[in-house]
Amino acid sequence: MAVLVIAEHDGKLLKPGTANAVTAATKMGGDVTVLVAGSQCGDAAKAAAKLAGVKKVLHSDAPHYNGSVAENLAALVVPLAAGYTHVVAPATGFGKNFMPRVAAQLDVQQISEISGVVSPDTFVRPTYAGNVIATVQSADKIKVVTVRGTGFDAAAGGGAAPVETLAPGPDAGLSKFISQELTKSARPELTAAKIIVSGGRGMGSGDNFKILEALADKLGAAVGASRAAVDSGFVPNDYQVGQTGKIVAPELYIAVGISGAIQHLAGMKDSKVIVAINKDAEAPIFAIANYWLVEDLFKAVPELTNEL
Amino acid sequence: MKVLVTVKRVIDPYVKVRVKADGSGVETANVKMTMNPFCEIAVEQAVRMKEAGVVTEIVAVSIGTQQCQETLRTAMAMGADRGILVETDAEVQPLAVAKVMKAIATKESPKLIIMGKQAIDDDSNQSGQMTAALLGWPQAAFISKIEINGDAADVTREIDGGLEKLTIKLPAVVTSDLRLNEPRYVTLPNIMKAKKKPLEILKPDALGVDVAPRLKTLKVEEPAKRGAGVKVADVKELVAKLKNEAKVI
Repeated sequence: MAVLVIAEHDGKLLKPGTANAVTAATKMGGDVTVLVAGSQCGDAAKAAAKLAGVKKVLHSDAPHYNGSVAENLAALVVPLAAGYTHVVAPATGFGKNFMPRVAAQLDVQQISEISGVVSPDTFVRPTYAGNVIATVQSADKIKVVTVRGTGFDAAAGGGAAPVETLAPGPDAGLSKFISQELTKSARPELTAAKIIVSGGRGMGSGDNFKILEALADKLGAAVGASRAAVDSGFVPNDYQVGQTGKIVAPELYIAVGISGAIQHLAGMKDSKVIVAINKDAEAPIFAIANYWLVEDLFKAVPELTNEL
Repeated sequence: MKVLVTVKRVIDPYVKVRVKADGSGVETANVKMTMNPFCEIAVEQAVRMKEAGVVTEIVAVSIGTQQCQETLRTAMAMGADRGILVETDAEVQPLAVAKVMKAIATKESPKLIIMGKQAIDDDSNQSGQMTAALLGWPQAAFISKIEINGDAADVTREIDGGLEKLTIKLPAVVTSDLRLNEPRYVTLPNIMKAKKKPLEILKPDALGVDVAPRLKTLKVEEPAKRGAGVKVADVKELVAKLKNEAKVI
């Protein structure tokens, strides 16, 4: 067995999800190698070398990896994959984007978003918005797998793996990265936060999210949202928690003005403690909440912020 | 410009899915089925582009049992011009979808393939990207905007940190994310018109594709249920419970 993990990073630091993917990789057997590909990402390579369980880091640097362009990442990984039994990436937007290209070019069926490793060829994964948990087995020669971060602990630090330079692959020239518009925030990232305050349709407007932000600031929390809030333009798309948005499992998830559609639950039902505040006594979210409060959020949330 | 769109027949997303007693699969008998929501968005996008004069022909494709004809008729009622059903009883996994799409694209020569970002049943999120890879075409996954400019498309993608802009050469494969558009309701007159539109049925053999599944499902089960929670009377009680009982603040 030999596992290749494709790291997600911002050039300097690894993104949340990569350390969890490394943990998943260590359960597949054999040595774990981490590939850090990007543009001017030497620091990220050094960060990967510090993860426990990593045997070696490959650092491949070229301008055409800027923006993690899928065609170019796949062109680098596919020839490299021949030396491994498993190719693994975090099941974040980054991993979901290019890994299927790798799998298709290797003529194997990718196993998406695993939440458990049973053996080197058998994995557990959520389907039907996390309502049906499937155990699947692959007979493919190389297993291409994306990893759900909330299914595994993040690998600890303290490692000291060697970093090797890997010649970059070709620029496929099919796709031109133009720009990114990223939400700037001093708050923790949703997928790494210990506490999340999340708003739904009940918030009524983007402006009203300020009361959630005040609560989040008191708690050192991240701010998330349901699909309804994003669709209505209250907050940007990267706030969305749910089946087709971010999957989170913080210590504490406070759902405000969120009814609890199946698709939203899919993204947060593994949170350790769930609190729901909604003026609708019949809100489905109460069924999965540890504590729920039937009250107008515009009264309850400011009061909660003051009490803390 | 010709566009291919794929449509998958799935269990309705608002239905409570049940696992069979023997854990061999999900109960589908007498369960409400519908077009995958992301596929609806894909069809809607193609139709809007046709209404804008950018697209000349929309071909809808589905892979699965005979009943997928209903899904194709819905696509045609939304505005697709014709449908192709690749008929099989096999469990069609994403790699097989991509191989079928590669064969059909090679025959049909579309300039653009629009697929849904993921199917809400298996939640794989692979088919579009795989199709692009097999064709050697560029991809833009999870798009919230697309504009055709000559031989290229300018796209906006939803990414984990916000939005990304790319320019991709055509022909290309794109996958729809939630905010690309809001699909139209099908009207009765259009449902009637759709019955007369051409629907071709093919077998995978005719395309030279082996659709046999690669992944074997050993078992399926429902997730562990959360314990019952409690209703709190007011904010004071909530804070007390979070501090003293749950110890999360």
